[in-house]
Amino acid sequence: MNEAADVIVVGGGSTGCGVVRDLARRGLDAVLVEKGNLTHGTTGRMHGLLHSGGRYAVSDRKSARECIEENRVLRDIASHCVEETGGMFVKRPEDDEEYFQEKLEGCRACDIPVEVIDGEEARRREPYLARDVEKAIVVPDAAVDPFRLCVANAADAHEHGARIETHAEVVDVLIEDGAVVGVAVEHRSGPGKRVHRKPGTREEIRADYVVNATGAWAGQLGDMAGVDVEVRPSKGVMTVMNTRQVDTAINRCRPKGDADIIVPHETACILGTTDEEVTDPEDYPEEEWEVDLMIETLSELVPVLKEARTLRSFWGVRPLYEPPGTGTDDPTDITRDYFLLDHDERDDLPGMTSIVGGKLTTYRMMAESITDHVCEKLDHEATCDTAEAPLPGSDDFSVLRDYMEEFGVRSPIGRRSVQRLGSRADDVLNGTDPNPVVCECEGVTRAEVQDGIDAAGSDLNAVRIRTRASMGNCQGGFCTHRIAAELAQQYPEPVVRDAEDELYQERWKGQRHALWGRQLSQTMLNHLLHATTMNRDGDPAGLDGDVAFDAFDAGPGTDAASGTGSPDGTAATDGGVDGDR
Amino acid sequence: MAIDSDVLVAGGGLAGITAAVAAAREGADVRLVSYKASTLRQASGLIDALGYVPPTEPAKALREGPPTAGRGVDPDEWPDPDGPLADPFAAIDRLPADHPYRVLGADALRDGLALFDDLVGDAYGGSHTDRNALVPTFGGSVKPTARYPRAAAAGLASDDTPTLIVGFRSLTEYDARAFADRLTAAGVPFPVAGVEVEFAEAFRADAKITRTARALDADEPIDGTPAREALSKAVAPHLHDIVDGDGGVDRVARVGFPAFLGDDHAAEVRADLADRLGADVFEVPMGPPSLPGLRLEDRLYDALDREGVRFETGNPVVGVETAADGRVDSVTVSRKGREVPYAADAFVVATGGLVGKGIESDREGVREPAFDLHVPHPDDRYEWFVDDAFGEQPYARFGVRPNGRAQPLDAAGEVQYGNVFAAGSVVGGADVAREKSASGVSLATGVVAGVEAARTAAGAETTDAATEASQ
Ligand SMILES: Cc1cc2nc3c(=O)[nH]c(=O)nc-3n(C[C@H](O)[C@H](O)[C@H](O)COP(=O)(O)OP(=O)(O)OC[C@H]3O[C@@H](n4cnc5c(N)ncnc54)[C@H](O)[C@@H]3O)c2cc1C
Ligand SMILES: Cc1cc2nc3c(=O)[nH]c(=O)nc-3n(C[C@H](O)[C@H](O)[C@H](O)COP(=O)(O)OP(=O)(O)OC[C@H]3O[C@@H](n4cnc5c(N)ncnc54)[C@H](O)[C@@H]3O)c2cc1C
Repeated sequence: MNEAADVIVVGGGSTGCGVVRDLARRGLDAVLVEKGNLTHGTTGRMHGLLHSGGRYAVSDRKSARECIEENRVLRDIASHCVEETGGMFVKRPEDDEEYFQEKLEGCRACDIPVEVIDGEEARRREPYLARDVEKAIVVPDAAVDPFRLCVANAADAHEHGARIETHAEVVDVLIEDGAVVGVAVEHRSGPGKRVHRKPGTREEIRADYVVNATGAWAGQLGDMAGVDVEVRPSKGVMTVMNTRQVDTAINRCRPKGDADIIVPHETACILGTTDEEVTDPEDYPEEEWEVDLMIETLSELVPVLKEARTLRSFWGVRPLYEPPGTGTDDPTDITRDYFLLDHDERDDLPGMTSIVGGKLTTYRMMAESITDHVCEKLDHEATCDTAEAPLPGSDDFSVLRDYMEEFGVRSPIGRRSVQRLGSRADDVLNGTDPNPVVCECEGVTRAEVQDGIDAAGSDLNAVRIRTRASMGNCQGGFCTHRIAAELAQQYPEPVVRDAEDELYQERWKGQRHALWGRQLSQTMLNHLLHATTMNRDGDPAGLDGDVAFDAFDAGPGTDAASGTGSPDGTAATDGGVDGDR
Repeated sequence: MAIDSDVLVAGGGLAGITAAVAAAREGADVRLVSYKASTLRQASGLIDALGYVPPTEPAKALREGPPTAGRGVDPDEWPDPDGPLADPFAAIDRLPADHPYRVLGADALRDGLALFDDLVGDAYGGSHTDRNALVPTFGGSVKPTARYPRAAAAGLASDDTPTLIVGFRSLTEYDARAFADRLTAAGVPFPVAGVEVEFAEAFRADAKITRTARALDADEPIDGTPAREALSKAVAPHLHDIVDGDGGVDRVARVGFPAFLGDDHAAEVRADLADRLGADVFEVPMGPPSLPGLRLEDRLYDALDREGVRFETGNPVVGVETAADGRVDSVTVSRKGREVPYAADAFVVATGGLVGKGIESDREGVREPAFDLHVPHPDDRYEWFVDDAFGEQPYARFGVRPNGRAQPLDAAGEVQYGNVFAAGSVVGGADVAREKSASGVSLATGVVAGVEAARTAAGAETTDAATEASQ
């Protein structure tokens, strides 16, 4: 297990997954290590806009050009991760006309195809837009599913021989004779798939080169290697609505500001965002005013949002970087560009490069440039094909069409599975019989959940990001236990129980930020279903004390019926049915 | 013609029905107005009284401070509740002082359960003792409950009878193998095995469970075999699935199924299956739509008829008209957009909690919309919750706060209207889910509210008569 690899990539976000795919396709022996599941970091907590570049067309034309270029590439190689929603920059009466014109010119200068439409036409396309929206610039924005995208990149890397280790945290960077030679990793439940209750292990992985793709955490990894990586994490909130009030990505056409974009996603719509510098990428306040700001400000564009039901809110941290000495105060002014920090050049520490900044839309381009860089370091000659080779699931879409015809999966559930799985649909959906629906809100069937479990072990959050199960209206209230039940074929009872608890608690975290109106009713219903009907919270299997079963009613005419148990009415005594919890 | 009654009950769930019957039995002329279906169709059909006193201290957070992305709870550190409790009455004193059981007294719970027993007759078990029974839940746990439907009676956990839990491959609510193993982990005194069988897979994959219930009711053929025969054939090979420590086998003597063994002919379906399998048969209550809950609802509506309560559904109470003395004169009922006053001498608010929409909220606050009763709650929405999903959640206790006569109190702690009483989930102060006390609270508050409303109405009549006589 401890033989040396060519390259270790630290970080399983869009950047790391893109890099490991590129390395593997160029024939290098690569290992990806990620401390959570794939997309655990910023990538799993972003807005999901596949930028057309329009957003940067005034302030940062280099980024804008990169965006439109990669936007086109991803529609091609990752078609099952992209929904072609289109986008609009809408102007309200109080928004600056001059800026509108600049935006238009900027887009044209960056080769972003645009169309200007008036308010009437904008409302014809998006009926919920405010009456006083004057006009809009139409751009080729799209929605991208970051989860599916990362999983597909990792899967392709794996098919090309890479080793992918999730729940494997780098705890040290190994340095010998002044050079980086590998990393020390703590596996949460041993190498391979995560399984609850499997003990953790430690492993030293050696390699010729280490790529630090830990985004907002890049500074922490830098510290382990004794070098400074000056990332400035900046948090942003996103609020998920229960339906698609709009089917187009709606941007506010003004210079910069909080709460200026709505992106439709699957069954939902996501409002965003804010931009505030934080010190720790994992421990920052998630504040009420941020959620309120989303609803208040964005209802200026789409008034129904004020009354609409929100499902949850979540926050992400941008891995912003600025070269030392720039000294920008306002995080919104920090460039969205990405940087390669060659620690040999910079810090006299050969063997490691950090990649920081950037955005998801340009992840592939970032990966290509760092892979070029690593190949040069390793003297490895190979060309990059990631802009042409489709990702697993996106290859040969005609097969998909045939499949839909052949099996007649036209029901909404079949159609949605096929959208999610792309060309893998055939493989995944065939052979699971019967194939009942497990998550009703999102229409996820047993076959998809089992496919997720095959890939991710008992880690139901990893199953969730692969399938969308538990991400709809009920936020897991009606399906956490069902998803967990699917583990029972492969895993013993305590693993199932722990996995279930973990998913339920995870789903609760985001809902806390949507606790009013209909979502609070839903939360109470979920609480009654799980605590009252199922008694998950008081399950004797999870309590420390033993239960004196004979103190309870055993039916008329039995001893216990009259109650022979402990006098104080409490049946629990010390002991421990299951002390290993 | 003016609509008038002695007592008007708003809300037709377990609490409203209990209050209406209690008032009628005091001799009042009662009318019940309910908006939509009650939560009984979502409920398990079990009647919980008090099964735990949950901890009120928070679970240990993984990080200090306000909620943050990195803050969670340490599952190894969450505090255990006091229970399961064998005796619900003995534990009432350990509940918080503003809990409805403490405010109304333990006798209210006794009276509520007694009324329930009378209304449902032998359809339910548990009335022979004060003790709770432990009943398997579809989450694979056992839970303490005070009254259980006959269909669940053979499944009581305080029994050493070898048990088989059956799941259906096409049903995703639970996996019978994990279910059985979890019961074992709970330390149940009986050997248990779980099996997933093939049954009714011919039905469309998204068919509702009620479809299966109907098939069993009518014993309709599925793929050529009558439903009951098909089901027992699928289960029969597994009657010897329990293997003991020495490799010996126990024949099971009871078999648990998900709760859709028939609807209109449930008892007959169970008896038939028991006969074919040579083992007792019981149902495990399930989530919505819940047949045991629906069966209970049917029984309770029949009881309303028997007790002479007039009831109508489909129209909400949207407001009240008050008289000069601060009493409520009439409630306004919205009938297809037309607002109609319903007058009465006394009123019971039993409009449900956050689920039944008797309690509503928005980003600014929490309120009771029909009578505009006071609902105490923290101003800051971020104090409505705690980190642990199963922790001491303030939202779970939202509701109006009653005095000992079930009269809602205003912000100053004064009776808000002299002739208004509250019952059921609209009443706060209990975390019925963690306590396993939901129906008990509805019954206890229902009885008190109903009786007090009837007496208040009778008093009002006496006063009216006196006034008339003196004129
Ligand atoms: C609010 C918000 C909205 C955004 N919206 C968009 C958008 O609409 N479109 C767009 O294109 N971009 C958007 N972005 C930007 C985009 O999300 C990020 O640029 C991108 O996801 C960064 O990916 P990454 O792989 O570099 O970082 P991450 O996804 O953060 O990946 C780093 C990974 O490293 C792991 N890690 C950290 N430390 C260790 C360790 N010691 N050992 C092992 N693993 C470790 C982390 O767990 C993490 O998974 C948005 C960002 C934010 C914050
Ligand atoms: C998922 C779930 C599981 C449960 N499981 C159990 C269990 O295992 N054991 C147990 O003991 N209890 C259980 N319960 C609790 C129990 O079923 C009842 O919810 C509880 O007793 C409260 O009943 P209620 O009559 O107060 O409210 P509800 O049942 O909510 O009834 C309120 C009624 O009032 C109507 N209404 C609302 N507003 C108005 C208005 N303005 N005008 C007129 N009518 C109005 C509603 O439409 C509804 O019909 C469960 C509940 C749920 C939701």
